[in-house]
Amino acid sequence: MTELTDLGIAAIRDGVRDGTFSARDVATAFNEKVSAAKALNAFLVETPEHALAAADAADAARAAGKTLGPLAGVPIGMKDLFCTKDVATTASSHILEGFVPPYESTVSQNLWNAGAGMLGKLNMDQFAMGSSNETSFFGNVISPWRRNDGGHAPLAPGGSSGGSSSAVAARLCPGATGTDTGGSIRQPAAFTGISGIKPTYGRCSRWGTIAFASSLDQAGPMARDVTDCAIMLGAMAGFDPKDATSLDLDVPAWDRELSSDLKGKRVGIPKEYRVDGMPQEIEALWQQGVDWLRDAGAEIVEVSLPHTKYALPAYYIIAPAEASSNLARYDGVRYGLRDLPDGANLQDMYAATRADGFGDEVKRRIMIGTYVLSAGFYDAYYTQAQKVRALIARDFDRAWEACDLLLAPTAPSAAFALGEKSADPIAMYLNDVFTVPSSLAGLPAMSVPGGLDAQGLPLGLQIIGRALDEQGVLDAGLAIEERAGFTARPEAWW
Amino acid sequence: MSEYRIQGATGEWEVVIGLEVHAQVTSEAKLFSGAATAFGAEPNTQVSLVDAAMPGMLPVPNRECIRQAVRTGMAIDAAINRWSRFDRKNYFYADLPQGYQISQLYHPLVGEGHLDISPDEKNPDATKRIGVERIHVEQDAGKLMHDQHPTRSYVDLNRSGVALMEIVSRPDMASPAEAGAYLRKLRAILRYVGSCDGNMEEGSMRADVNVSVRRAGEELGTRTETKNVNSVRFVMAAIEHEANRQVDVIEGGGRVVQETRLFDPDKGVTRSMRSKEDAHDYRYFPDPDLLPLELDEAFLEDCRASLPELPDAKRARYEGMGITPYNAGVLTAEVETARWFDALLEAGAAPAQAANWVSSELFGALNRMGKGIEDSPVAPAQAAELLSLVADGTLSGSLAKQVFEVMLDTGQSPAAIVEERGLKQTSDTGAIEAVIADVLAKNPGQLDQYRGGKQALFGFFVGQTMKAMGGKANPAVVNDLLKKALG
Amino acid sequence: MSVDTNTVKRIASLARIAITDDEAGRLAPELGNILGWIEQLGEVDTSGVEPMTAVIPNHLRLRDDVVNADPLTGGGIRDALMTNAPQGEHGFFAVPKVIE
Ligand SMILES: [Mg+2]
Ligand SMILES: [Zn+2]
Repeated sequence: MTELTDLGIAAIRDGVRDGTFSARDVATAFNEKVSAAKALNAFLVETPEHALAAADAADAARAAGKTLGPLAGVPIGMKDLFCTKDVATTASSHILEGFVPPYESTVSQNLWNAGAGMLGKLNMDQFAMGSSNETSFFGNVISPWRRNDGGHAPLAPGGSSGGSSSAVAARLCPGATGTDTGGSIRQPAAFTGISGIKPTYGRCSRWGTIAFASSLDQAGPMARDVTDCAIMLGAMAGFDPKDATSLDLDVPAWDRELSSDLKGKRVGIPKEYRVDGMPQEIEALWQQGVDWLRDAGAEIVEVSLPHTKYALPAYYIIAPAEASSNLARYDGVRYGLRDLPDGANLQDMYAATRADGFGDEVKRRIMIGTYVLSAGFYDAYYTQAQKVRALIARDFDRAWEACDLLLAPTAPSAAFALGEKSADPIAMYLNDVFTVPSSLAGLPAMSVPGGLDAQGLPLGLQIIGRALDEQGVLDAGLAIEERAGFTARPEAWW
Repeated sequence: MSEYRIQGATGEWEVVIGLEVHAQVTSEAKLFSGAATAFGAEPNTQVSLVDAAMPGMLPVPNRECIRQAVRTGMAIDAAINRWSRFDRKNYFYADLPQGYQISQLYHPLVGEGHLDISPDEKNPDATKRIGVERIHVEQDAGKLMHDQHPTRSYVDLNRSGVALMEIVSRPDMASPAEAGAYLRKLRAILRYVGSCDGNMEEGSMRADVNVSVRRAGEELGTRTETKNVNSVRFVMAAIEHEANRQVDVIEGGGRVVQETRLFDPDKGVTRSMRSKEDAHDYRYFPDPDLLPLELDEAFLEDCRASLPELPDAKRARYEGMGITPYNAGVLTAEVETARWFDALLEAGAAPAQAANWVSSELFGALNRMGKGIEDSPVAPAQAAELLSLVADGTLSGSLAKQVFEVMLDTGQSPAAIVEERGLKQTSDTGAIEAVIADVLAKNPGQLDQYRGGKQALFGFFVGQTMKAMGGKANPAVVNDLLKKALG
Repeated sequence: MSVDTNTVKRIASLARIAITDDEAGRLAPELGNILGWIEQLGEVDTSGVEPMTAVIPNHLRLRDDVVNADPLTGGGIRDALMTNAPQGEHGFFAVPKVIE
């Protein structure tokens, strides 16, 4: 018999609803997996009682003949960027160590309202800044995957939602929340052979989610397959009057509408994504993706997104600028760490607290952001970046005249070993070269596993859609998923 | 127009003044959160997660605050920008939980406008136009308390996030008196509009005072900004001191430094404010948590339609009714007075007479009692009744004063008082003639002197007659009959 | 793009992050590299282009002027607000004494 922890979200939902197994059994099985997987360092906090309480509620509701929520009995992992009431929330930083929010983020509340329970809080890159999960104050997350070379080099699970990707890939939870600012759902999903979708900017409320870069941050699900992503996204998304950028739109029934029939759809291949030095295996997988989508009935067209090259530098102005301001609130006055050296005045206290509380990458980005906004530089950097951003968005708008979706690789490489790129910030930033443009334009985009490279590591394909067309993105994802038949999973060594 | 000059050792100096007024917008809830704005609450009890900048908190703007700022702009004939947006002003301070203030720099809600001031109260029609550069909406900061602990300051965030309008004038004022008149006028307009209660003691209105000096006709000098001055008197004193200080600095061979200063009301001096010295690089940028604010015609029309008659229009209307310019100025200076007076007119009082009565009798009485007009024990309808009793001859001026005193004491209506106490004035010629005959009979000496040419004794006979009549005789009738009787 | 250590110190001070001379020396070339890489944006002809204001076409919603309409964004929650305070005294957040 398959283990309960081998089941995905839809299977658990259906099994609980049909009485095949109890939600309590599911929660218990995952709780055990979580507590046995310390070697991955994916969880910062384990909350087995939360998962059990939600499971018991689901079982009781079923026994009482009530209609079950769409995630009743499904235990999930929660990225530590989401504030969870009475459960420590740190964004993997020292400066928020010990912070226990007296409130629940809208996205997590939505999930609890749908019947989900929480297995724990997931490790991540500090303040969601990183692409390898090496910037957490609480240690690196290790990918459950290993190269097939017999060496045991610990690999990056991607970032910033690396705890999420590692936990889902290792079957510690059937789904997890992620957040994506420049690729932080899609790149870790690609690195670990799972699916993840960043919805249109404004679909998921940002209220109660610790901010990195406000104009880019979007929550989304990470799960084993496309259907599970559709179910979970449906629960996470929705209008929130507490977020002024929240879209006041109904949430479509993405999971029920899923269809891998792409007849009548045109899929664009952006020629600028064919970058120098892209590994041949990724090139080949991309071509394979084209064939799969054509097989699903789509027409393939080549399109041009001429400003693609400038997306990363624009992103590395806008995101740090917003972050430098968003992170100013961590000052040791109302919550979090306070460093008060002898004889320090208020401003000394701020400087000491922030020097101690923020990690190197966070400081680096705050410094860049402060610099680009400072007197005399604002127009040359920030205003120019927002103009380039407008051009990038216009590139997409023009592409939509020729196609309905775009297909591209998710990341320029498979997972790399921890430590391999951490010394070179720009090399690290280049990880997001394919994910950042759609983030800048606020478009829905998802990564689905396409296959393995020669080292036995997963590679992802990315689908980008028009604003609000999550359905089109999920449908194309499903078409790939059905054809890729990706069943590889990491051997449990932890 | 201002003759104000500073007499320096080396000659005369002009003063150039601009004011940035922070006016608290009248609203129930804060600009970006649902916490209350009421004054005087226990520390940190009117603070939401948003106001304390807890992680993940987001701002959502309060429509009423935007509406009030737009109405204020309309009241000073300003351009309303249908497209504006909020920017972050970044700096670190303990009263600023977010580490930035949400304000408007690049695209304020309200653009160019103006208001006309009357620096001379005696002559309210002599006006000077002061330009207003902009009005923008922003968050207030919290409050720091320094005197509760020897080594700590205490932070109260109740004010944090309360909506402010920053009303920025052009440097069009040239004397402390003009600055005072500007503040009074602005305060009056805000209170008419209802967008700010103008309560300077509670900090609802504070001014940042920009002052520079120059020799007549020369280029603008370097200015200083004296922050958060919280009364009209202090603003005038701060300008006086700061202008003289700058003249002394320049004449002493020094240079005025562009800096932020504080006004010390006890000593009447300004001093440099070191704590803000390194905060000049505010790194303004558009707040990414907020979208641009776009106003449609319906919203603007609603704002326009809700504007009351404003002080200048009201004053002109009063003058058109025959009220003296001085009285019209006094009656329109405060919205409560104008409201009370409008109710008095509404109740049928004759404008000129009513204006005189309010500015002498009513104000006199309220002054004595230490009350504002909104707490007047006499209502406009009762006052109208009193004035009509004077107009129709029922009461003489002196009887009216007596009746008014009783009204103030008892709150009774004038008709009831007249009835109950028999204070009605009489024009019964028979009765008056009888009394006159009696008075003349009792004062033969004075009668002889009068007839011998001492006309001044006429008043004596009037007084005696009125006295004998208990003050109730109609003075005009007494005059007539006495003239006849005295021949 | 070269960034000197004084610039690094000025930026760190603006950002209220204490740094040592050593750290400033280490950060200077690193920030210089990143800023140099970013500066390729200057190549893009953006004349006539308006900077992006809204990521997705959307307009700013305004809320009604109602106190504590939603408890999550209302006041009257001092205890909850102060449970995480490093130094809370008498209902205030305490900080080192500030001289104005
Ligand atoms: Mg100012
Ligand atoms: Zn201001």
